Amino acid sequence: MTSAALLAAAGDVGGDFFRERESGTLPCQADETHLFCFDWAKENIDRYGTPTVQHLEIVLLSVVIGFVVAFALALLAHRRRSLQPPLLAATGVLYTIPSIAFFFLLLPVTGFGRDTAIIVLAAYTLQIIYRNTILGLANVPDSVKDAARGMGFTNRQILWKVELPLAIPEIIAGLRVAVVSTIAIATLVVFINAGGLGTQMYGSGNLTFPTSIVIAAAIVMAMALVSDLVLVTVQRLSTPWRRVRPA
Amino acid sequence: MNPLPLASFDGAIEFIFVPQSSNVTGGNKVGGFEKSLELLLKHLEVTALALAIALVIALPLGLYLGHRGKGELFAVGIGNAGRAIPELAVIALVAVLIGVGLKTVAPALAILGIAPILVNTFVGVRQVDPASVEAARGMGMSELDIIRKVELPLAVPTVMGGVRGAAIVIVATATIAPLAGVETLGDFILNRNVYGENGLLAGAILVALLALALEGLLALLQRRLTSDGLKVKTA
Repeated sequence: MTSAALLAAAGDVGGDFFRERESGTLPCQADETHLFCFDWAKENIDRYGTPTVQHLEIVLLSVVIGFVVAFALALLAHRRRSLQPPLLAATGVLYTIPSIAFFFLLLPVTGFGRDTAIIVLAAYTLQIIYRNTILGLANVPDSVKDAARGMGFTNRQILWKVELPLAIPEIIAGLRVAVVSTIAIATLVVFINAGGLGTQMYGSGNLTFPTSIVIAAAIVMAMALVSDLVLVTVQRLSTPWRRVRPA
Repeated sequence: MNPLPLASFDGAIEFIFVPQSSNVTGGNKVGGFEKSLELLLKHLEVTALALAIALVIALPLGLYLGHRGKGELFAVGIGNAGRAIPELAVIALVAVLIGVGLKTVAPALAILGIAPILVNTFVGVRQVDPASVEAARGMGMSELDIIRKVELPLAVPTVMGGVRGAAIVIVATATIAPLAGVETLGDFILNRNVYGENGLLAGAILVALLALALEGLLALLQRRLTSDGLKVKTA
């Protein structure tokens, strides 16, 4: 409300909401205790397109970066066992620091915007993916590795052709947790002006109103559900041997 | 990238201990040790309250379902769905629909903590060796005693994992509680025009330290609560 610049910075979302609300053209939306206003939703569903795409982009980039780093760390720690405790502790600290605090801790370094958001969210996913990858690799039975060695596999071949494929269920389980929580947490990037669906819940320094919050939350949760189903499907397709029932 | 020029870590640390002048409050100083402590205590209060509510609901339910071996789909489903709830939406909806203040915010935060505690308690109890439970039953223990004296102690590491997960999400979300009228450390972050850039950074530092301290404390508590017999096995 204070300045046009502030409204512009937040993509003008909040400004619109309050103007419509005050004008009283849509009575059900103006009612403070109204949980959901279908009239408003029908007319304004378009405005969720861009934030949804932004949200997806941020989550995808964060998880891909987080996965690459965590996976590399896990392979390193798999080879050098002594690295496992310190890496677990370090990723644990990054996981524990609340994202919203982490965003602002980085402000003097990277400033407002998407870069900061992606760095923080990627850092958050490290522990989940790292821990599950290590767990998956540790769960591979020694007898299987011995058999591979007996067949003349090199260490590298054992890792890529035996250990990692057998660890896929745990690795994807980690990815599922990482993706679903990142989709939920990414609503908070609105606080560093990085867009996303959070802008439809909190715009221009104010909370919006129930209908908009419910729609945005529903899109977030649907996005989480769909991503989860996609990853489950990927896991099924990439581990065909798990579908074969032993006779 | 455009780094925030006015904020510095030195300035933020100073802000935490010594009140600073602000350009909004008309000469009144903002921040300082007393204000930081006040917000910190409020943050702790709402976190503890929410965690307690989540525990009271999720722990008995998880123990019961785990003991009876029922409702796996329910417990795991709640756990997965819980992770997908956007924290901002919970606080926002409570603030615009139900009302502001500790009485509405604490239960709202508790919702976020129920899922991790419930699913971990369920899984922890289910993982208890059925032979131990049979042995206890053979010794004439009642079902309630079995839960209290056999299943719960054996499930402590897993249950505490859930409690720590809940604490992390609750203490993090309490940061945006000022949107719903509870003045936690997030006040420094959300009211940047009052506290300035250094206040913003100070809030972030304090929230991060608080979360790490809480996590450390719960890790210690977990060690204390885990029976010595279990520690030997994992070592």
